Amino acid sequence: MSDITRLTLAEARDALAAKKISSLDLTKAHIEAIEKARGLNAYIVETPDKALDMAKAADARIASGNAGPLDGLPLGIKDLYATEGVHMQACSHILDGFKPPYESTVTSQLWRDGAVMLGKLNMDEFAMGSSNETSYYGPVASPWLPAGWDADKGRAALKGDKKGLLVPGGSSGGSSSAVAAHLCLAATATDTGGSIRQPAAFTGTVGIKPTYGRCSRWGVAAFASSLDQAGPIARTVRDTAIMLRSMAGYDAKDSTSVNTPVPDYEKSVGASIKGKKIGIPKEYRIDGMPAEIEALWQKGIEWLRAAGAEIVDISLPHTKTALPAYYIVAPAEASSNLARYDGVRYGLRVPGKDISSMYENTRAEGFGREVRRRIMIGTYVLSAGYYDAYYVRAQKIRTLIKRDFELAYQDGIDAILTPATPSAAFGIGEKGSGDPVEMYLNDVFTVTVNMAGLPGLAVPGGLSASGLPLGLQLIGRPFEEETLFSVAEVIEQAAGRISLPQAWW
Amino acid sequence: MSVDQATVRRIAHLARIAVRDEEVPHLQQELNAMLSFVEELSAVDVTGVEPMTSVIPMSLPLRKDEVTGHAGADVVTRNAPGADDHFFTVPKVVE
Amino acid sequence: MNATAKPSKLIKGATGDWEIVVGMEIHAQITSKSKLFSGASTTFGGEQNSHVSLVDAAMPGMLPVINEECVRQAIRTGLGLKAKINHRSVFDRKNYFYPDLPQGYQISQFKDPIVGEGEVIVDVSATEQIIVGVERLHLEQDAGKSLHDQSPTESFVDLNRSGVALMEIVSRPDIRSAEEARAYVTKLRTILRYLGTCDGNMEEGSLRADVNVSVRRPGGPLGTRCEIKNVNSIRFIGQAVEVEARRQIAILEDGGKINQETRLFDPARGETRAMRSKEEAHDYRYFPDPDLLPLEFDQAYVDALACELPELPDDKRSRFIADYGLPPYDAGVLVMERESADYFEAVANGRDAKMAANWVINELFGRLNKESKTVMTSPVSAQQLGAIVDLISAGTISGKLAKDLFEIVWSEGGDPNSIVEQRGMKQVTDAGAIETAVDEIIAANPDKVEQAKAKPTMLGWFVGQVMKQTGGKANPQAVNDMLKQKLGI
Repeated sequence: MSDITRLTLAEARDALAAKKISSLDLTKAHIEAIEKARGLNAYIVETPDKALDMAKAADARIASGNAGPLDGLPLGIKDLYATEGVHMQACSHILDGFKPPYESTVTSQLWRDGAVMLGKLNMDEFAMGSSNETSYYGPVASPWLPAGWDADKGRAALKGDKKGLLVPGGSSGGSSSAVAAHLCLAATATDTGGSIRQPAAFTGTVGIKPTYGRCSRWGVAAFASSLDQAGPIARTVRDTAIMLRSMAGYDAKDSTSVNTPVPDYEKSVGASIKGKKIGIPKEYRIDGMPAEIEALWQKGIEWLRAAGAEIVDISLPHTKTALPAYYIVAPAEASSNLARYDGVRYGLRVPGKDISSMYENTRAEGFGREVRRRIMIGTYVLSAGYYDAYYVRAQKIRTLIKRDFELAYQDGIDAILTPATPSAAFGIGEKGSGDPVEMYLNDVFTVTVNMAGLPGLAVPGGLSASGLPLGLQLIGRPFEEETLFSVAEVIEQAAGRISLPQAWW
Repeated sequence: MSVDQATVRRIAHLARIAVRDEEVPHLQQELNAMLSFVEELSAVDVTGVEPMTSVIPMSLPLRKDEVTGHAGADVVTRNAPGADDHFFTVPKVVE
Repeated sequence: MNATAKPSKLIKGATGDWEIVVGMEIHAQITSKSKLFSGASTTFGGEQNSHVSLVDAAMPGMLPVINEECVRQAIRTGLGLKAKINHRSVFDRKNYFYPDLPQGYQISQFKDPIVGEGEVIVDVSATEQIIVGVERLHLEQDAGKSLHDQSPTESFVDLNRSGVALMEIVSRPDIRSAEEARAYVTKLRTILRYLGTCDGNMEEGSLRADVNVSVRRPGGPLGTRCEIKNVNSIRFIGQAVEVEARRQIAILEDGGKINQETRLFDPARGETRAMRSKEEAHDYRYFPDPDLLPLEFDQAYVDALACELPELPDDKRSRFIADYGLPPYDAGVLVMERESADYFEAVANGRDAKMAANWVINELFGRLNKESKTVMTSPVSAQQLGAIVDLISAGTISGKLAKDLFEIVWSEGGDPNSIVEQRGMKQVTDAGAIETAVDEIIAANPDKVEQAKAKPTMLGWFVGQVMKQTGGKANPQAVNDMLKQKLGI
């Protein structure tokens, strides 16, 4: 085998089971690839020693016939997840030096199932961002080169400020970049407003945000508790299905975790979608949407119709309110969730003349600009005199958004098809420097799903005119992720697997 | 609704984030951009709509009253930027 | 709340009478093994930061899971306060920064508490009873502890208490004096201890009061109130109300104005002072905690808890009055502690209840107080005291000797019957023996005999002499009768 990092997760699993490769070799290949790809800045911490130890242990289990579902498969972990004894900073300065004495439930399940940890992945600070430019560790570059760029130009940009290179999306930009650049077989990610689906769409990978309550939030630093969900990014629909099975599950340590059995999602990959009713919401046809996005959507509709699905025009009338309502609910929760970063028990402390100025200095220096801005807007919308006008109203609107979906599902809709993003990936440094709202518009199609707690999946549908990946989004009924995998696989087959970039970095 | 500079300072203090004088106008502009973005929500009719308290229809799970252990004072204070004899230490607070 | 206090409770100022208005927020630590939202122990007095879980230390990604026992205890307390139990309540975050508040917010209940309106019947004195309204009871987390005296430049933070379950019980401003304030807390503490929902240990901080004090002209509009934080003894609560009211009156009579503020009571100086850390106006930005769902239960759950409630002090007191014929005040004293009431009932069982009450209240409680003991640690058991009462009732020993006997049992222990037997303490009822003694005394004191004829109250002197002669064992009634007969009075 020429380059075993090009295997899909499922292929690698099967090759390991067939003893065609060893986890040690697979892991070493990834460690090498990561070392060569440091310019992308996808990994902020590499844990090669740990990876090799885990790989050896996995090989022993495989040899003895006791392999777990993910045994020997090297993964990257988003820095939002607590990994015991290993750096965890949510890519923020404020958690300087923090090494958690505990392991998140989701990652512990991955290790339980035999997976190998390669390191911690870059992300937007505390998952706040859509381009991975808010990280304390600097931006991540997408392995996709902008149109007209050659490898030399790309490498030169990597050595500099990366301006002009493409963003991998955010907040799980380290995850999407690493998966697309073959720096891991799959990665964990999290999604509060689109942070799994938008990066997947920007990099030609597959990402699923499961139903709220499907994956435990325990041990994952909170951004907005009522919206946050863990999920995987991988290179194929099947690979995300395999990952989700290990990541999902009830956790008594999370009061919002739902106690319902985890199906073998992989079984739904390849299942027929004949007779499935696919809703096409007219409200997602927004003003100024590029024609190629509209065209992609149409192609998606045709593929599903050809596979025997019934296409139904539906209306989700409160779609337009989701993004502004999100920018009240999410910052409000974040302003409170991030209050614990106060320089007392862990992380950065910047001295001050008294306790109050110690807090203020620590938080001013420890948080980046986007995080500070969101904490402030969140503080404002919860403050006396504004709470009802902003927060309570936004939560009422959330009820309306969820009701829109419920009505569609009551009418027999099995899944909803929309574009994943309003555009292809943009350049590093291109957006949001003047008006923060410009960046927020990236999440216009994904954020409704978080507001309603539903599962959403992004799958590549094709390339833009400039040769960049474009994604389609599927939105499902609560806890019916299996339908999404079945439908997504139809799109994946019809669109043809995207050919990910060769290493130019 | 929009915020003035005094409000920016008040909010920053409530959030315990130091702001320098020269940052205030820019912050004010950003916050107002966000506020004008969410302004369209005031046009939505929410009469009789209950605010969402949980996105999944379930009630609060209760745990048994059992002592399931402590992290240990070493572990609890290990990451602290200020600690003395297993206490966290902070600049003196005057009550 | 607009009821005006009795004239006797008003404070006389230079410009006329003033009325005190007090409302209280009591923070009662719930009796449970583990904390409200974590599995760390609630045991008091561990090494610093030794009873702290990752949740209590607010490590990144940690989440709260509620303790069922704390929910049960809050409902039981609500039932004990005859309050409305809310089948759906919501946990909110109260956001503020303080070093001993690791999350940067306290999980509490703001808009929808678990318990609504109730009331507490308070015996202020032997003759006065008031009703103090309870506005609400809600569940919340305790904060950690900051020590300010360990270093000149730093405060030390211990999170052992962080996350311990509290019930905050908010009264209406129905209290009109320091005495009423003390009586209210005393009664509330009694109810909590009966229910077993809070141990009421004020030294260990299991029960603390925030006392809201204002003054007004009798029946006039309410004045501006000051909140005195964290008063930790019933005596101090009374003192704090008194000194704070006088401080406010002095300001008002000087033409000044009361600032609504948070103050601390300094028992050493006997004054209250403004808290510097609370100077700035707070904006707690309450909102429902998104890590928790609404707390819901049905009436059947509440009914099951109601069925198992113990007899509460008010009911017990009524029963003691009705069944044992006790005066209301005595009944009230006996039911103050569940253990005292149980002790009394053990003594009274099958005996003269009034005599039993008398012995328990006067002899036993008096002695226990003197030696800082409780009925739980009493050297005299209910069985022993019952035996003493039996000996008195049977006329075997006199009341005076009974007190000596009580002393012996207190300090040496043993079976009262055997002690009386062994030490010859039996009362002399034999008429012959008594007559001999009477005759001897009469013969020895002819002058006194003369006097007694003119002044019958002299009889007491003769009784005393006879009792002395018989070593206190003579039946006083028999001595009395015989002396009257012999002296002809």
